[in-house]
Amino acid sequence: MKRFLPLSILLLALVAVVASLLPPRYAGEYDLAGFSQLPTLVNGRIKPLDTVARTTLMVLQGRQRVTAPNGRTVSPAEWLLEVLYRPEVANAYPTFEIVHPDVLALLNLTPGDGAGEKRFTYLQIQKGVEELARQSKLADAVETPLRTPFQRAVIQLRDNVVLYQSLQDSLVPPGADNFLAQVARLNETIPAGLAAVTAQRAGQPHDAAAAKALLDLSDTFTGLETLGYLRPIPPETNRADVMGWRNAGAALRTSIEHGRLDPAMAVYTGLGLAWRGYRPAAFNTFVKEYRAGLDRDIPGLMRKCDVEARFNAAQPFYTAMLIYVVAFLLAVFSWLKWPDELGRAAFWLVLVAFVLATAGIGVRMWLEGRPPVTNLYSSALFVGWVAVALCLVLEKLYRNAIGSVTAGVVGFSTLLIAHHLSLGGDTLEMMRAVLDSNFWLATHVVTVTVGYAATFLAGFLAIIYVVRGLFTKSLDQATADALARMVYGIVCFATLFSFIGTVLGGIWADQSWGRFWGWDPKENGALIIVLWNALILHARWGGMVKQRGLMNLAIFGNIVTSWSWFGVNMLGVGLHSYGFMDAAFWWLLAFVASQVALILAGSIPLAKWRSFKPAA
Amino acid sequence: MPTILRDLRDLLVSLKLTVVLLVFSILLILAATLDQVNLGIWAVQEKYFYTFVVYMKVGNVSLAIFPGGFTIGGLLLVNLLAAHFYRFKFTWRKVGIWLAHAGLILLIIGQLLTGLWQDEYQLRLDQGQTKNFSESYRNVELVLTDTTNPKFDEVVAIPEKPLARLETVQHPKLPFRVVVKTYFPNSSLQLRGPMQPADPAAPATQGIGPRVLATLQPLTYKQEERNIPSAYVELVGPDGTLGTWLVSPWLDETQRFSVAGRDWKIALRFARHYQPYALTLLKFSHDRYAGTEIPKNFSSRIRLTTPDGRDDREVLIYMNNPLRYAGLTFYQAGFENNDQTTVLQVVRNPSWLIPYVACIIMTLGLLIQFGIHLTGFIAKRRPAAV
Repeated sequence: MKRFLPLSILLLALVAVVASLLPPRYAGEYDLAGFSQLPTLVNGRIKPLDTVARTTLMVLQGRQRVTAPNGRTVSPAEWLLEVLYRPEVANAYPTFEIVHPDVLALLNLTPGDGAGEKRFTYLQIQKGVEELARQSKLADAVETPLRTPFQRAVIQLRDNVVLYQSLQDSLVPPGADNFLAQVARLNETIPAGLAAVTAQRAGQPHDAAAAKALLDLSDTFTGLETLGYLRPIPPETNRADVMGWRNAGAALRTSIEHGRLDPAMAVYTGLGLAWRGYRPAAFNTFVKEYRAGLDRDIPGLMRKCDVEARFNAAQPFYTAMLIYVVAFLLAVFSWLKWPDELGRAAFWLVLVAFVLATAGIGVRMWLEGRPPVTNLYSSALFVGWVAVALCLVLEKLYRNAIGSVTAGVVGFSTLLIAHHLSLGGDTLEMMRAVLDSNFWLATHVVTVTVGYAATFLAGFLAIIYVVRGLFTKSLDQATADALARMVYGIVCFATLFSFIGTVLGGIWADQSWGRFWGWDPKENGALIIVLWNALILHARWGGMVKQRGLMNLAIFGNIVTSWSWFGVNMLGVGLHSYGFMDAAFWWLLAFVASQVALILAGSIPLAKWRSFKPAA
Repeated sequence: MPTILRDLRDLLVSLKLTVVLLVFSILLILAATLDQVNLGIWAVQEKYFYTFVVYMKVGNVSLAIFPGGFTIGGLLLVNLLAAHFYRFKFTWRKVGIWLAHAGLILLIIGQLLTGLWQDEYQLRLDQGQTKNFSESYRNVELVLTDTTNPKFDEVVAIPEKPLARLETVQHPKLPFRVVVKTYFPNSSLQLRGPMQPADPAAPATQGIGPRVLATLQPLTYKQEERNIPSAYVELVGPDGTLGTWLVSPWLDETQRFSVAGRDWKIALRFARHYQPYALTLLKFSHDRYAGTEIPKNFSSRIRLTTPDGRDDREVLIYMNNPLRYAGLTFYQAGFENNDQTTVLQVVRNPSWLIPYVACIIMTLGLLIQFGIHLTGFIAKRRPAAV
């Protein structure tokens, strides 16, 4: 029975992975899958509507799932359809997360009014929107680092409301009656209206109502053009030209100039009428025909949209995160019982999660056409990936489950960090001008991130030494020596990569700014990591530290790295300050405190440790 | 050898000193990084790195609290050199370590030279404008120009230091003494109200001065702001005072006066660095990603001309692609004036090549050393694994 354990665990994991990769199933008669893969331009990138729905939901409420008031689960694509076409329904979905009690008080709400005590509907917020605007104006006047938590919460909610409103105003202007029906009739009303307007200007008898109707519509379209968030309308010719994608208002305005309704706009109008009129057959036909045209004109972009929508639904990093947890537990138990079987099972699980994460990172790179690290989010993914890869090598060499335990912890925590970083919106961002260089992203950024990962890994291996040695009897001399060799080797690796990465950064700076070193906070952070690793090596070579000292220094490396990775971004100064964040500050402090506690624990005299007792 | 010298030698070559110095440099860099929030990047470099001692103001007293960048870097250099001369014994196993440290020595020397030699300026060009000089971002100069001869100007420029110290300057080309009466390192100007009795008396008697009032402003260290000084300057000729002028980069208007039949201009401006060629901005472009305000690229199309006509060509300066010409590097730093003005950062760093060489040597050294470790580790494991 024991013999088959590793294999059956592996099989279970594989089944779970495959199940997560299957195409998402949508209940109901509407072709929601097809709709969710339709392309739109947002934030400079053509992406599927599915991504828009999911990232907006992440920003608004920290998760992708929506629960309707009647308890039914609504898919992101369906939620987006309601937002776009049936605001009265979407406004009743609890999709705004508000936790700050003072903000709730501002809106005359209590936690009890919300779904799960924290999610509120737009209808609930609507009454307080003016007061919210007033408060956030007051908060805007305060410099970002000096804002109170209340002010931050107010601004965040205001931004979320603005985002929601502008998404809602993408296709239909707010407060317009029968707008879609009017748009659908444009092919008749435009010629009649134009004729009437021309006659009116010439002073001839004309249909005054038709002229006025057209002018009113034109005003509405111009207004809509200033509001719309999505740009789903490709140019009629040369759809591959990204600069030409417009929002609905712009497309409608040019429709009047051209004398007929833009074909893509006709599709989105038809979709809206079918959705509002509960006509799934018509809805599906619109999706299918529009899609066929796009496949003909921009096959490459559509392939990316399909893959991205599937990638969104599969959530490979979420699955990998769960597998890392199980692997960690199995590996820890392997120190207590069945070391071979449980150890092997843990190793295989780490491998499965690693392959999944690799695939996820690969898809992101392909979608973006970029090296793996482009922003803070992807750096978290990549730090975890590198650390787990090194763990797999260590585990293959030593087979003592230490590699698997560390892989589980590091893999899980980096993906957790990445999850929290993804709450800011779409993680496939366009690169700002200075960073728009694949060569330097692929060399400097990747090498420095490998250096971060290795320094963290050395620190986590050292934590295992301290925790196992101090609290359990399981750390024998051989394992301790093996751990010391691992930490030493990884520190060497970290020194190499963080040094080369820092130097490449200097060369990039010299190439683009004409100076090798500018004492910018992020540069200093990277330099401190190099110096710290160098210090560990010199202290060891000089015999100033032995095994335990090495471990404590390596744990301190965690503090140094987390400072350089996140801490300097919180300063909000310097050329690198593209990733400003504040809520994470307390987490950083907590992490630093925990590491200091571990170092103190590691400094307790060996006589008090449960391991290393002389054999009685 | 006396014991004390031996002790000193043992200290200088010891790894303990290395570790202690590494700790000090980490602390120094950390403190400097944190202080950037208050001081900005330039002041921090002066206070922490390009100095022997870091001072802290306690009340009115400056206390030396920490060794500065020069001290720590210098000691690291001494430690490195001493250890290597003392223990140098060539073995192939050590070649990686030697290379890494030799590169490090070169890198520290290079940074020292950069600290001493590097200059930075800014060049602002409006569309179509031509300039053959760039301006300092922080330092000003008082400029007195003799414009009598229409064919050429004769210029005397007085740097910021004597101005800030309120010194009196005499120069053989000036038929007067320059007496700096007041100097505001950062200032604002206001138009003086017409005959308002509440207005303080005007120290200036000549030029635009009587109509304008300069006020001292606190120094700013923010990266996007700069200090704009003002000064009241009295010119004293052989027959007594010629009057007092208010000068400031804030003033656009040229202030002219005549002394003994010669025409003069007086101005306080950001210090100029002239170069023997001219740059003309043909076009500045600011590309954005489709449908957003996210910048995709900034670029300046520039015509580069030398007076001898040897060079007359168009160059494109954009992100990650600076122009290197005659010892200066021009890179795209910003834009102003609704995309009509480009701002180029101009850097002169004669030692720019040293870090490249140093880094190649160090990287090679580390790779060799790591390779030796790795092969040794694998060789040691192999018999055990069988």
